[in-house]
Amino acid sequence: MRNELKLYCEKSNLSELRHFLSNVLLDTQLSEISTNQIILAVEEVCANLIIHSHACNPRDSIHLNVSKDKHKIIFEIKDSGKAFNILEYQVPQLSQVIKERKKGGVGIILVKKIMDIIEFESTANQNICRLTKCLNSK
Amino acid sequence: MLNIEKTKVDQHIILTLDGEVDASNSVELDMAIQQLLADRVSKILIDGSSLEYISSAGLGVFMSYLEDFEKTGVRFVIYGLNTKVKNVFHILGLDQLLAIKDSEQGALEVLYEE
Repeated sequence: MRNELKLYCEKSNLSELRHFLSNVLLDTQLSEISTNQIILAVEEVCANLIIHSHACNPRDSIHLNVSKDKHKIIFEIKDSGKAFNILEYQVPQLSQVIKERKKGGVGIILVKKIMDIIEFESTANQNICRLTKCLNSK
Repeated sequence: MLNIEKTKVDQHIILTLDGEVDASNSVELDMAIQQLLADRVSKILIDGSSLEYISSAGLGVFMSYLEDFEKTGVRFVIYGLNTKVKNVFHILGLDQLLAIKDSEQGALEVLYEE
């Protein structure tokens, strides 16, 4: 099965990403709720990159690779935009977001709550965000 | 793809959300709610029974109006969410901050509560 996706940096491509992820997760024994959570977490990271690191430039792209075994699923997201270090990002308090009437800022909270391991590496020309979901975990 | 339909019933407006809300179209949801507030609608129902997916962009829209609803006394109730969409509200704890009901009847009770 195809487990790689090249996603051009347009917000309208997020539905294509979800479709790809649904297919990749088809043969897992995950519940509908868990499957949706995983799709959501990967989309949040990709949406963040598309909007903030690539300013929705359709000539830019990000690359997603998915690998699976019995115990875990790993989503590796590579891009060459402005590095967004998800590990260093201080997630806002929900109460603060509400008070300031912000419309964004909670996506990374979701990623951190859903995924089991989050890794980030950055070199001169490439950023890699690796999200691991252990099967039979939270 | 998201389709938003507006229906007036009694003293309230129902926004029916059909499809998926993500970063590409959450502005449509935002504009629909903004318009209701501009029209001074004080009772708003969101029919989420045909909502298949919501990301943080959609949740963010609802969150950004919580203060306004509180200050202006607007009653805002969401109902009919399927289990996976409801779960997304739950992960963030938004089910504690927003009125979310399973049925339209339950939502109406909150909307017209004395």
